[in-house]
Amino acid sequence: MKLFRFSSPATFYPLAGRLIPWFWGLALLLIALGLYWSFFETPDQLGGTNPQKAYYRIIFIHVPAAWMSMWLYLVLVFWSAVGLIFNTRLSFMMAHATAPTGAIFTLIALLTGSFWGRPSWGTWWDWDPRLTSELVLFFLYVGYGALHAAIDEPRRGDRACALLAIVGLVMVPIIFWSINCPDPNQCAALHQRSSLDRIEENILFAMLTMTLGFWMYSFATIFMRVRSLILLREAESTWVREMLERMK
Amino acid sequence: MKARQKRLLFVAFGILGVGVAALLAINALRSNIAYFFSPSQVVAQEAPANAVYRLGGLVVKDSLQRQPDGLTVTFDVTDQVETVRVRYTGILPDLFGEGQGVVTKGRMGPDGVFVAEEVLAKHDEAYMPPEVADSLKTAHAKGVSQAAEGAKQP
Repeated sequence: MKLFRFSSPATFYPLAGRLIPWFWGLALLLIALGLYWSFFETPDQLGGTNPQKAYYRIIFIHVPAAWMSMWLYLVLVFWSAVGLIFNTRLSFMMAHATAPTGAIFTLIALLTGSFWGRPSWGTWWDWDPRLTSELVLFFLYVGYGALHAAIDEPRRGDRACALLAIVGLVMVPIIFWSINCPDPNQCAALHQRSSLDRIEENILFAMLTMTLGFWMYSFATIFMRVRSLILLREAESTWVREMLERMK
Repeated sequence: MKARQKRLLFVAFGILGVGVAALLAINALRSNIAYFFSPSQVVAQEAPANAVYRLGGLVVKDSLQRQPDGLTVTFDVTDQVETVRVRYTGILPDLFGEGQGVVTKGRMGPDGVFVAEEVLAKHDEAYMPPEVADSLKTAHAKGVSQAAEGAKQP
């Protein structure tokens, strides 16, 4: 099957190497454009019943980071499930490489949310459903990495971590629901609800551009990490030896 | 059944089980999570009498009064049905305002005034520049009055 051609580390390694510069380039381009747009093309303050001043601009980091934190968890679960079912080495490495980037985005979402919460709500942190569930997601990512590090044999660690990732999937719908619930009376929270339909176009454009940029950044860092993992785990294989011979 | 299919089934059931767990958790949260109590619940004595809890709602227009000491304020919080008076000593957040959403944490005083230790402002989820938001608001008001007119006609 053609799909499985790149599931071999030996063929994926050079492919990822060729793709990484493109992802870095796209990431820098999109983030530069997104930051320019968010600072210079968006209104300086909001109006109506939401009179936030310029500090609202932290959404251009906060919202894309929060989206990526959830999306990368789904990616992590996907690779874990594929690894468990087909027993492919590369899928476990992809899962393992996704976790740190996901943890970083979760941390960024939590920290920027805190910086935003102080001026707008009046507090750095509150045990609101949204904030609490996002914190649990951060612990899941960190726990994934810690569990992997605690098991000496990588193959056993892969399977244990894959199970942890799948069980942790329970958090994603809870986080999603905690701001997307249809009835505001049922989910009283401090965190605002999701509202992509009541947003000015320039704000939306900057936010989506930043999200794409963060996504490209995730590809770049995850592929770099996967390449290191491949080299670490396949160090004894013939193709790695041959490649090293050629580099001499 | 091949080993791969067995594992596929195993993972599929695992994910299904996790999905059911998430549904149950969401349902449980829906009925049990009391991030804050509304003024109606407080008036109906559903909130704990001698414990710290959160009271949330809208600040009633023209109810904000500053006490002579300059730091203490009182205001009314409403859910459009019942109203509770809140006393707070401290700095109010930037987005605090009459007619805006607010979440306060504290306990009920003996005089029926809620003594808040912390006042947090809730912000609206509309991200619009001032001009657009204003025009939307008038459009909305127009729509509401038109709907009311329409409802009056038989």
